[in-house]
Amino acid sequence: MEPELILTGLAGVLFAASPIIFAVTGETITERAGVINLSMNGTILLSAMGGFAASSRTDSLLAGFLAGAAIGALVALVVAFASITLKQSQVAVGFVLALTCRDLAYFLGNSYMGVSGPRVPAWDLPGLSQIPVLGQLFFHHDVMTYLSFLVIFLAWAWIFRTRPGLMLQGIGERPASAYVRGANVNLMRYVYTIIGGAIIGLAGPTYSLSVKAGWNGTISGLDGFGWIALSITIFGGWNPLRAAFGAYLFGLLQWLGLALQPSLPNIPSQVLQVAPFPLMILTLLLVNIGDAEWVDRTLASLPESVRRFFTRAFRALRASPPAALGVPFERD
Amino acid sequence: MKNITLNRFGFQIVALLLVLIITTLILLSVGAQPLQIYKDMLTGSVGSVKKISDVLVSWVPLLLVTAGLLITFAAGLWNIGVEGQVTLGAIGTTMLLRSLQDSGMNPALILGLSILAGMVSGALWAALAGALKTFGGVNEIFGGLGLNFVATALTIFLIFGPWKRPGTGSMSGTEPFAEPLHLTLFENLRLSPWALAVAIVGIVFVYFLLQGTYFGLRLKAVGKNFRAAYLLGIPTWQYMLFSFLLCGALAGAAGALQVTGVYYRLIPAISSGYGYLGLMVAMLINYQAIWAAPIAFFFAALNIGSIQLPILHKLDSSLSGVLQGMLVLFVLLAEGVRQRLTPRT
Repeated sequence: MEPELILTGLAGVLFAASPIIFAVTGETITERAGVINLSMNGTILLSAMGGFAASSRTDSLLAGFLAGAAIGALVALVVAFASITLKQSQVAVGFVLALTCRDLAYFLGNSYMGVSGPRVPAWDLPGLSQIPVLGQLFFHHDVMTYLSFLVIFLAWAWIFRTRPGLMLQGIGERPASAYVRGANVNLMRYVYTIIGGAIIGLAGPTYSLSVKAGWNGTISGLDGFGWIALSITIFGGWNPLRAAFGAYLFGLLQWLGLALQPSLPNIPSQVLQVAPFPLMILTLLLVNIGDAEWVDRTLASLPESVRRFFTRAFRALRASPPAALGVPFERD
Repeated sequence: MKNITLNRFGFQIVALLLVLIITTLILLSVGAQPLQIYKDMLTGSVGSVKKISDVLVSWVPLLLVTAGLLITFAAGLWNIGVEGQVTLGAIGTTMLLRSLQDSGMNPALILGLSILAGMVSGALWAALAGALKTFGGVNEIFGGLGLNFVATALTIFLIFGPWKRPGTGSMSGTEPFAEPLHLTLFENLRLSPWALAVAIVGIVFVYFLLQGTYFGLRLKAVGKNFRAAYLLGIPTWQYMLFSFLLCGALAGAAGALQVTGVYYRLIPAISSGYGYLGLMVAMLINYQAIWAAPIAFFFAALNIGSIQLPILHKLDSSLSGVLQGMLVLFVLLAEGVRQRLTPRT
């Protein structure tokens, strides 16, 4: 393949992954606080439809993104209320919302099917886009793609480099200790779930106003994004940088699937589209297997040198969830 | 004033009313006439014998999936991979039907073996999610979701690849099977008495398994308190794996019946979302097997009734999903409110 073509393809991967980046970052922040927002697949579809509808009615792109973020925040509020205040299962509420919001998007979006609407214009960053190779890769996109780059680093810096971020880690890992240190655990969980939800809500309009502009109901090609993003959040070990790497890796594999299609005429394109999933399961396995008891036992019976190698490999891959993920906090 | 337990039923009625109010508002917001729509959905689902039989066609897979999920829920497992287990059931059945259709064997025998093959395939696919969970530490929700996508890919690969129709493969599925390999239907209806029988046997089996056997009791112990069950000497991981196998077999039966009694071929969306819908039914009935049949019937009726929406009102049929989802959501919320308001003792 021509180097020029490969470069364009890779830049396309970065562009097309921007909705997943928002989703994964929002979910990472939410889960860091100890709450699972399983509604993501529905949230993204509803915010994609709502964002597109809002901006095609008002002819304002900003209105579309605000609507998307608002929808995301609202759904997250329901998850937070049900799980934190009412102590219901986060998984159950999130799953129900995932299905309900999806169907609501299809129902309400019926009249916007195939309507032409605004689209985020491409914007080459002045100066930076002139850099050879890097400029073409990173700086020939639109404002949402740049924002997706930015949000990765902002989330990472917030979690790992600031004092409130340390508290955020605390309420997800050891809420009781954080409470003793003066944190209002449940209030902070509300706040982070809603902020995370708003960021997840940006994923929808980023798709329907930028990556693949328009709303086409069930054939929008957006159904399933949220479930993928959930897996990538785990793959990312609750670290925005590693999660972003996972999102780009996923995009890259999908692109490779399409790019290699002509040389594999016997395999239908739909199969190559989902080829990353078995790989995803495999990585989840590698990430988690270090925790399994039988692995420990097997390792213990191996010779010293082999054991050291495997222990190190598993430790490098391992990603432990925040200790209090999904566990409600009660002060008593 | 001690020990006031607020009436659960009352809260569920309030939840139902809220769902109706919100749905009405949603319908008004798209400029539809809510009353007319409710009426059309009602006549479209239970307005005639033919319509009721259509609801039962959809009730069969939904009930089987719900029955299976009650087993995994009893073991404390969120078997979201059930959707893929339905798909694999359909694939297994299609595979055996294809290899035996020209063998000259008795068609009834072929059908029986094929449905069995579907159940085995579903069970094995579930065992995969179970093994990932018990040996690999992969949460069953994420392993299951990934496997669902793989199952869909496998279906499409088979339809466009090895099992494609003479000429070119198409989204309409594989070549339909010949008449003798269809399950017998009631006269002039699309409903098969055999499928109905399998579904009823399935739910009755699960009811007695969970209510009346030592196995069911121990399974529930595993689900309620894994650590305590382990310390009591219950082989916990074997129980979890076995519950996956049973659920997969029931889901596989649902897929097998879609092939042998509804579509007579493998189509890309063969599982039709019944797996996810079954999870909703199980949640709504609070995991009580006794309510599975009526609530699954209600959900199936909503599905069939909503088919009228695009025909009569140019609205999307996904309204049924919105209704079902909101119902589950509000019942969960109402239960939360009830527990919060009930004074703790």
